[in-house]
Amino acid sequence: MAVWFNSEWPWYVAGPIIGLFVPALLIVGNKVFGISSSLSHLCSAVAPGKIEYFRYDWRRAGLWNLVFVAGVLAGGFLASHIGSQHAVAVSEQTRITLGRWGIHDFSGLAPREVFTWHALLTLRGVISIVLGGFLVGFGTAYAAGCTSGHAISGLANLQIPSLIAVTGFFAGGLAASWFILPWLIGDLR
Amino acid sequence: MSTTLGQFQGCGAEDIGEPEMKSVLLPVYLVLGILFGVVLTRSEVLSWFRIQEMFHFQSFRMYGIIGSAVVTAALSLALLKRLKLKSLSGEAISVSPKTLGSGLRYLAGGTIFGLGWALTGACPGPLVALIGAGVTVMSVGLLSALLGTWVYGWVRPRLPH
Repeated sequence: MAVWFNSEWPWYVAGPIIGLFVPALLIVGNKVFGISSSLSHLCSAVAPGKIEYFRYDWRRAGLWNLVFVAGVLAGGFLASHIGSQHAVAVSEQTRITLGRWGIHDFSGLAPREVFTWHALLTLRGVISIVLGGFLVGFGTAYAAGCTSGHAISGLANLQIPSLIAVTGFFAGGLAASWFILPWLIGDLR
Repeated sequence: MSTTLGQFQGCGAEDIGEPEMKSVLLPVYLVLGILFGVVLTRSEVLSWFRIQEMFHFQSFRMYGIIGSAVVTAALSLALLKRLKLKSLSGEAISVSPKTLGSGLRYLAGGTIFGLGWALTGACPGPLVALIGAGVTVMSVGLLSALLGTWVYGWVRPRLPH
């Protein structure tokens, strides 16, 4: 057991385990694995307003999903408190690339130069966290799914809409990672 | 096989009623969610560093994880379809395909999400797991994501799909 919590899992262990959440959720309750719909369910529960999109029985459609996501929060807490914690062992090339942007603290899960309460008030913090978060929420609702719903559940079910969505994921991700972030974080230099 | 998986069916589904039957399963979803949070953290897929590494093609790792997850899920789905199983909640297992339409919503929405994915270094699952893992400033990112979804619902009638 301890070995599971003392180093990062290799890809060929992590990937298949993630994939098994698809049949697990189907077997338990005929649920399709996906995280982003929980954002809609929460909007529907908290502030549906007069918006047609949020006018549905969120308990019936999404309570399971919200409970699952609450578990994800607890799982993140558990995993970061059990076993040894160590820096993310990214490739040397990545360290060089990020170093050019001005990122030098590799000790956390995300760079402390950007993802701290202190850095939240900088331009790079606002764009990375506030704008980035907004785009995640808007984009996943528009595309009707995120990495779990489209890239894993959808592709596994051989769905064309998911293939289109995943193409978009990578187009947007490449644009942000190659052209926006170097400029944005470059102010650290 | 279908009888063991559908064991809740045999104990009077009509008497129990659907909502109660589902709430019986809520602890199972909680446990699965906890496991998923642990996997996201221990596999490091929630790390901003791993996301940038992936988008710069500097490691096979993320592609290996996503690829083997898709293959595992696809094989499991094929098996489930062939076995024609019932779920624990008593329903016939099925994945209803998303409607394609013009496909524009998937490309446009997908690209917008992709921008956010690289900027935050996190998709929705990791966004939540990171808060648990101690990157508490991500709670602002999560609130922004909720606002983003809300704004989508608001402008949806005027967006091309």
